[in-house]
Amino acid sequence: MPLDRVNVDTDQIIPKQFLKLVERTGFGRYLFNDWRFQPDGTPKTDFVLNQPRYKGGKILLARENFGCGSSREHAVWALADYGFKALIAPSYADIFYNNCFKNGVLPITLNEPTISQLFDEVEKQESFSLQVDLQKETIRKPDGVELGFKIDEFRRKCLLEGLDDISLTTLHEEKIRAYEQKLAPFQVINVGV
Amino acid sequence: MPSQTLFEKIWSSHVVHEEKDGPSLIWIDRHLVHEVTSPQAFEGLRLADRRVRRPDLTFATVDHNVPTTPRSEPIQDPISKNQIDVLEKNCGEFGVTLFGLTSVNQGIVHVIGPELGLTLPGLTIVCGDSHTSTHGAFGALAFGIGTSEVEHVLATQCLSANKPTSLEVRVDGTPSKGVTAKDIILSIIGRIGTAGGTGSVIEYRGDAIKRLSMEERMTICNMTIEGGARAGMVAPDETTFQYIRGRKYAPKGEAWTESEKQWRKLSTDPNAVFDRTVRLDAGKMVPQVTWGTTPAMVTDVTGTVPDPEDFEAPGMRSAAARALEYMGLKAGMEIQSINLDRVFIGSCTNSRLPDLIAASKMVEGKKVAPGVRAMVVPGSQLVKLQAEKQGLDRVFVESGFEWRESGCSMCLGMNPDILAPGDRCASTSNRNFEGRQGYNGRTHLVSPIMAAAAAVSGHFVDVRDWYTS
Repeated sequence: MPLDRVNVDTDQIIPKQFLKLVERTGFGRYLFNDWRFQPDGTPKTDFVLNQPRYKGGKILLARENFGCGSSREHAVWALADYGFKALIAPSYADIFYNNCFKNGVLPITLNEPTISQLFDEVEKQESFSLQVDLQKETIRKPDGVELGFKIDEFRRKCLLEGLDDISLTTLHEEKIRAYEQKLAPFQVINVGV
Repeated sequence: MPSQTLFEKIWSSHVVHEEKDGPSLIWIDRHLVHEVTSPQAFEGLRLADRRVRRPDLTFATVDHNVPTTPRSEPIQDPISKNQIDVLEKNCGEFGVTLFGLTSVNQGIVHVIGPELGLTLPGLTIVCGDSHTSTHGAFGALAFGIGTSEVEHVLATQCLSANKPTSLEVRVDGTPSKGVTAKDIILSIIGRIGTAGGTGSVIEYRGDAIKRLSMEERMTICNMTIEGGARAGMVAPDETTFQYIRGRKYAPKGEAWTESEKQWRKLSTDPNAVFDRTVRLDAGKMVPQVTWGTTPAMVTDVTGTVPDPEDFEAPGMRSAAARALEYMGLKAGMEIQSINLDRVFIGSCTNSRLPDLIAASKMVEGKKVAPGVRAMVVPGSQLVKLQAEKQGLDRVFVESGFEWRESGCSMCLGMNPDILAPGDRCASTSNRNFEGRQGYNGRTHLVSPIMAAAAAVSGHFVDVRDWYTS
C-alpha cells in the first residue's frame, strides 16, 4: 500500500482523540482517521486505505521520516492492528522505529531511488505485491528481482524468535544489582533532608 | 582517559551491560509517568506478575487530558476520567508517587520535573513522551520512549538502547530584544529540518546558549525532538546549580556538595569530537513564525509565505503545496497580514513563569483584538500560584485572556481545549501538525511574546518594534 507523503507524523497515524483507551488493542479502526474519514465517518475515497485495489495490503510503502513527532506507541498498535506486518521507507523517526520492533512490525529501510521505483511500480501494476523474508533479509518483487535490506542483528533475532525484552534484561540481574549499589548521591532521591 | 563529549560522559557512566553487537543496557535514574502512555505498561506488569523495580525513582502526574477549567468542576469526558482514575489506581497498587489532579505539584510532566528538583545534571531521565528532551537543559540525558519501553523501565529500571551519534549545535552572537529562545530553536529546526537530528543527541553550545536562563534552555531542549533528535542537552553551569539548589527533591547538605563537585566535571572535553556540527548566529535571528504543518516550515516574521515551487526536493514541494492548502495560505502573503482567531500561551515548551511574565508585559493595558479568543494555561500549579502572586492573572484577564488551570491543554487538544475546524491559532506550543490542536485547525508556532502581541493586534507583528518604540 503506497502512502506518498514525507514526514508522516504519529498525530496523523493515530489522532489524539483515540489515545484515551487503556488497552493495546482495537486501534486499527482509527488508523489515519482524519485522512481516511470525513468528520461524519464516511470514508474519503481518494485515500489509499480506502482504495479497493489495496485492500488486505500488509506492507506499507512510505516516504522519509515516517513516524515523526509524538512517542505514542498507539501509532504502531494501530498499524499492526489494521494488519500491517512491514513498512518500507527511506527513513523513520527514532522512537517510532523502536516501537515497531516491540510490536512485531518490521520497519525496512531502503534508499530513496529504490523507494521511488517501488512507488512507480505499485502504481503501474494493479496486482503488484512484495514478499518480505526477514530470515534472508530480502524483498522479492513480482518480476523475481530481490532487494536486500539490513536489520540490526539483535533486533532481527528478537523479531524472529519473539523474545521478550524484559526477560532478556532480567538475565543481567547481577549486573543491574551491582550498578544499583554504587549510585552517586544525586542519582538517588533526596527527601526530607 | 580519552576526550569525551558531555553526552558520552553520561552515557558511559550509565552502562550496566554492553553487548558486542547489540544494544547496551543503560540505567535509568528518573522515570516520569503520565496517564496517556502508561496504562498498557502497568497492565503488562500485572499480566506478567511483575512489580515496579524502583518506585522511589518513578514519579507520576496527570497532564495530557486534564481539563483546564476549575478543578472543583467534574471531568465531563468519561474516557478521560477513566484514564486519570486508572493512573491513580496503578500508582497506588505499585507504590509510585503521584502528583494527582488536586496536588499543588500537579502540572505538565516536563514542567514539574525541573520544578521539583527531580531533574538534575548527569542523570538519565525517560518518560513516555517525546518532549522528555526538555530535561536535557540541565545536562541530563533525557529522552522519550514508547509504552513497551515504559513497561521495561518500570520492571527493570534499565533500558536497552543503541548508542546515538553526537551533533553539536553552536549558537553564538547576541540576539536582538524580542528574539527569544523559541526563535533560536525554530531557527535551528528550520536549518536542520525535521529529520536533521535523527539518530543523534544534540549538545547546544556557544555563548548565546550559555547566556540563557534555565527556562530558556528548557524551551530549546524541549523542541529538539522536532528536529528529529531524541535528546538535546546543555552543559550544567552556575545558572543550572542556582536553579536547582533548595528544590524539593534536590540533594541537600553534604549530598549537595558532593553532587556539585561531580556536576562540575560534566562538560565536553576541549578535544572531544562531535560527529557533526551546525553553527548559527543569534545576532542575525528574527522572530519566527511557522507557516506550514511541520515545525521546520518556518520563516521570519518580516517574511512572506514561501512558494512551494521554490523547494528543490520534489517531496518537499508537494508537502509545502499541501501545507499551504491545509493552512489556507497563499504563496507570497506577508506573514504579518495573517489574521488570527485564537491565541494559546502554554505547553511544555513555553508555560513557565518567565514566559508568562514576558507575555503579560506585551498585553498590559491593552485589549485582545475583536474576534480573537486567547487563553493562558500555566504549565503547573506552582507556576500558576507564583504568577497569581505577581498579579499576572489580573493583567491577562483584564486584557481579555482566559486564565486556566495547568495541563497540556491545547498543545495537543486531548482535553476540551481544541480549535474548531478552520480556526487559525498563534500558539506557543511545539507542533503544528495537521489536526494537532483540533480537526482542520491551523497552528502557527511562535514565542510567548509574539503570541501575546498577536493577540492584541489580531495578526502577527514584529515584536522587536515594540521594544524600540
